[in-house]
Amino acid sequence: MNPQEINEWVSAAMSAFAAAGDLDELKAARLAHTGDKAPISLASRGLGSLSPEDKASFGKIIGEAKAAIASALADETARLETARDQKILLEEVVDITLPAKLAHAGGLHPITIIKNDISDFFLAQGYSVVEGPELESSWLNFDALNIPADHPARTMQDTFFVEPLSAGLVLRTQTSPLQIRTMLTNEPPIYIVSPGRTFRADELDATHSPVFHQVEGLVVDRGISMAHLKGTLDNFARHMFGPDVTTRLRPSFFPFTEPSAEVDVFFNGRWIEWGGCGMVNPKVLETCGVDTKEFSGFAFGMGLERTLMVRHGITDLHEIVEGDLRFTRQFGVGL
Amino acid sequence: MRIPRSWVNDFVDLTGITDEVIADAFVRVGFEIEDVIKQGADLTGPLVVARVIAIEELAEHKKPIRYVELDCNEGQTRFVICGARNFAVNDLVVAALPGAVLPGNFAISARETYGKTSNGMICSSKELGLGEDHSGIIVLAEGSASVGQDSIELLQINDTIFDIAVNPDRGYALSIRGAAREIAGALNLTFTDPIAHAKSLTFADSDSTTPIKILDGAMIAVLRSLDNVNPKSPSPIWLSRRIEKVGMRSISLAVDVTNYVMIELGQPLHAFDRAKIVNGLEITYAKDKSKFTTLDGQERELASSDLVVRDSKQVLALAGTMGGLDSEITESTTTIAIEAVRFDPIAIAKNSRRHKLSTEASRRLERGVDPSLAEFASARAAELMISLGGATYVGTSVDGEERYPAIIDIDPKYVNDRLGTDLSNEVIAKALTTVGCDVDTKSWKVDPPSWRGDLQIPADLVEEVARIVGYDQIPSILPRSPYAATLTPVQLRRRTIAAALAARGLTEVQNFPFVAESTMKALNYTGDRAATFRIANPMSEETPLMRTHLIPGLIAAAQRNLSRGARDFALFEIGAIFRNTTKLVDGLFPPLGSKPDATTIKAIFDSVPPQPIHLGAIFVGKTTGDNWRTKARAYEWADAVAEAQTVLDLCGLQYTVERSDFAPWHPGRCAELLVDGKAVAHAGELHPRVCSEFGLPPRSCALVINLDALPVSDTVRAAVIGSMPIAVQDVALVVAADVSAAALEQALVGGAGDLLESIVLFDRYDKIGDGKISLAFTLSFRAPDRTLTGEEITAAREAAVANAAKLYGATVRS
Repeated sequence: MNPQEINEWVSAAMSAFAAAGDLDELKAARLAHTGDKAPISLASRGLGSLSPEDKASFGKIIGEAKAAIASALADETARLETARDQKILLEEVVDITLPAKLAHAGGLHPITIIKNDISDFFLAQGYSVVEGPELESSWLNFDALNIPADHPARTMQDTFFVEPLSAGLVLRTQTSPLQIRTMLTNEPPIYIVSPGRTFRADELDATHSPVFHQVEGLVVDRGISMAHLKGTLDNFARHMFGPDVTTRLRPSFFPFTEPSAEVDVFFNGRWIEWGGCGMVNPKVLETCGVDTKEFSGFAFGMGLERTLMVRHGITDLHEIVEGDLRFTRQFGVGL
Repeated sequence: MRIPRSWVNDFVDLTGITDEVIADAFVRVGFEIEDVIKQGADLTGPLVVARVIAIEELAEHKKPIRYVELDCNEGQTRFVICGARNFAVNDLVVAALPGAVLPGNFAISARETYGKTSNGMICSSKELGLGEDHSGIIVLAEGSASVGQDSIELLQINDTIFDIAVNPDRGYALSIRGAAREIAGALNLTFTDPIAHAKSLTFADSDSTTPIKILDGAMIAVLRSLDNVNPKSPSPIWLSRRIEKVGMRSISLAVDVTNYVMIELGQPLHAFDRAKIVNGLEITYAKDKSKFTTLDGQERELASSDLVVRDSKQVLALAGTMGGLDSEITESTTTIAIEAVRFDPIAIAKNSRRHKLSTEASRRLERGVDPSLAEFASARAAELMISLGGATYVGTSVDGEERYPAIIDIDPKYVNDRLGTDLSNEVIAKALTTVGCDVDTKSWKVDPPSWRGDLQIPADLVEEVARIVGYDQIPSILPRSPYAATLTPVQLRRRTIAAALAARGLTEVQNFPFVAESTMKALNYTGDRAATFRIANPMSEETPLMRTHLIPGLIAAAQRNLSRGARDFALFEIGAIFRNTTKLVDGLFPPLGSKPDATTIKAIFDSVPPQPIHLGAIFVGKTTGDNWRTKARAYEWADAVAEAQTVLDLCGLQYTVERSDFAPWHPGRCAELLVDGKAVAHAGELHPRVCSEFGLPPRSCALVINLDALPVSDTVRAAVIGSMPIAVQDVALVVAADVSAAALEQALVGGAGDLLESIVLFDRYDKIGDGKISLAFTLSFRAPDRTLTGEEITAAREAAVANAAKLYGATVRS
């Protein structure tokens, strides 16, 4: 045994490892060059019979040789494992464009989406979202809102009545009874919005439906003026129709507001009637026990279907009410 | 209300102001523009007055045709073909000559037709764009025009008509007087009130006049009697044309005059044939079930709520709504009585509504008419009858007294506070004066004009100021709520469930809550779900009922999608249902103007039946579309049950499942889900007969959850999650086939003790025979503080099995 011989064993092992074409060949080479019968193993075992001086010097040389072989083996193992993996991965290539999704596409109705959107917009401004019965007391739907029984204003809203008529129940023609309910049970300041379903005896056509949705807002606080109404509507219109939209108020008539106005938005190059609004009529506030010397309020209301139609370019209301999957799925969950 | 520009111009000088500016002004002060009709804009002459010289009847054609010789004052006559027959030789007609262009780009030229040369055309109102009347050609009254005269000018064709929408509080604007005042105010022009002329009229009364008396339902009544009316006097062209421009028909001088004055001033008038009035007129309520025929020829049964005008013998008019056939002006009427009454608006609204008869008169009277007009409008009508119809004045009868709107105290600061503006006192006073108020700027007492019965409280005056100043002068300020708001737990839960279902492949629908009786029967609803509300005036007689359950709407939505080609889908809806299960009380109508007491408020709220929010879903066809990955399988009962369980899991609720026989589900495939022992949901396969009856694929499934019955879950108390090793044991048990999986699982859970962490049924085998089945469970055990020993695990498993054996006779499957 001499150092040169040991170097040759190392070289032989390294070239054998390098020559291995796959992990099986490498295994054979490993056994041949590092197994029990390999020269380096025999030499290692023979160290015990050497003189202490030789033992020390050859022990170091053999140790270094074994380390070099082990290192070469690790390198070649890594090389061959990578090659094997690459081969397998290449074989496992799929057509990744195959349709993967099995489940039906679901979706929320656009009315739900816009209700959520409007609710969140006003929640962030400190308005509560109130809801209530669709079959409603006539007194709450009309009388308390300053719509007397034989006033022409009542026939403005063709009402569905429920039998027996003596029970005074109507399908609410607006979500305004919720304003009354809120004022009767809460002290001002009041900041609420009420998105909900409403009813009017209109034939279903491209722009009318006997069943539709409204959102109304009501604010009752100290020092509330029509300027606050305008500011709120400007802000709301920008949220609904984009930052460039402009609004205008036009004088109008609603029994429950005085002054009253229509709010129009200028969208896509034309004025569109969006909703009604005004300062809450003091008569309404008084019926609800609000001290009109201290408090004043504003209210507004708009149709959700109409807002959707304008915003999304829907030309026929049938699409919104018919529940066709193909229509609804276009809106996803509103993200 | 159609407002001809030329008529407004009588009272406001509109010279130099464009139609667009006028239309914008209307909108600015609160009158929506429904249409702007530019009459004559698409018509060019020559259009001339012609006299009919001769008529040759051409009988050999499909319809009778006339070949007419016309004198147009051209030196020689011309011949035209005409299909109309309502004229005779010597009549004055309107002829369009070659070169003229009529509305619709209809160019007139000489042409060969019916074997003759037609050298022009005799025109109807419709052909000239003047109205819808196409029943015949225009025949002008003798003396009203000269042959050859330009008819465009004669018929005052060139005009702009603004069709404006008038809100219910502005009855005064249903008149040229009112509209002209608004335009003058909006454009800062001078307005001349037409009432000034009427006020100046005086008549010499005799004492043989027909009297009028108010017994009920009116504030003031004026009746003017006129004799020697020439029934042959025609309406002059200026009168009939103005009537036509506002969309009414010219009928006879007396009727036209009453209509003309109504349009100009706003006071409905009625002309009676005075010879047919027995004694005098009375305004009173009708006797029940008496019969009466209105001008339109309809016989009406009267009720004691109908306000009428009658004489001592019979009812002559449905007050303020429509006159009667018996006292109508006819071609032989020579003595008339012109009635002008300020009726009670509510009485007229009731008349109109009960008889479904909305007329020009009732529309004005139910909105409240200026009380001063009864006297002056009737005077104006009398003046016109005297000057145009040769009548002589007989006398005036008046009953009642005008009452005017009360004075309002207003603080100019209040106006600015409500508008958020900083208007000067002068601006506020001027705006109020513009609309007709008298303003004392020292005391700020404001006296509304006679025609503004709607001005009652300071807020009403605030609107008037804003209107005249312009709503665009109001600044835009965002208010600040003092609150931090969130959705309520119930709202948040509903929203989250909907989003989760959408993510799980269900599509949301929102159905009308109306149901057909036949559907209720077909779905076999009983009990609470058969107790519905009936709509007294439904949109469709087919669906007069309110839904008590969401399934009918979901079935209809599924049918619609199936009919449009969809095959495999799941739909859901979240919405209120209506069950007539609480005792209904009579509607409560406490007085207005002050807050009802707490008991009354509660009673009103309680009078409204509860309308819980349900979630429903329907599953049709296969769970997936056909695909390359798996074999698509049909929805089955378990899919519906799983979806219901998912919703309850999302809500953090503990529930049990029981079998239920609940329509419209399959009696053997319906699960009832219970929370705290209360049924909150049903899910499973629909009844096979329901599927076949409604054309749904067999084995369609459905679920309904009463969301309002789900308790709001408490704040979660987090349990300690153990990290000791888990021990898993499988047991397969044999039991009778009628033992439910849930029951057997509960028995195992009950016997296994505290060490059991979870249990999962992983196999069900029903081919054992002998009325038995095998159910196999995986039981997972864990202790919080130690590794379980083999003995402990075995003991726990055996205890579980022993309990199942004890309760259900379960044996371990070998």
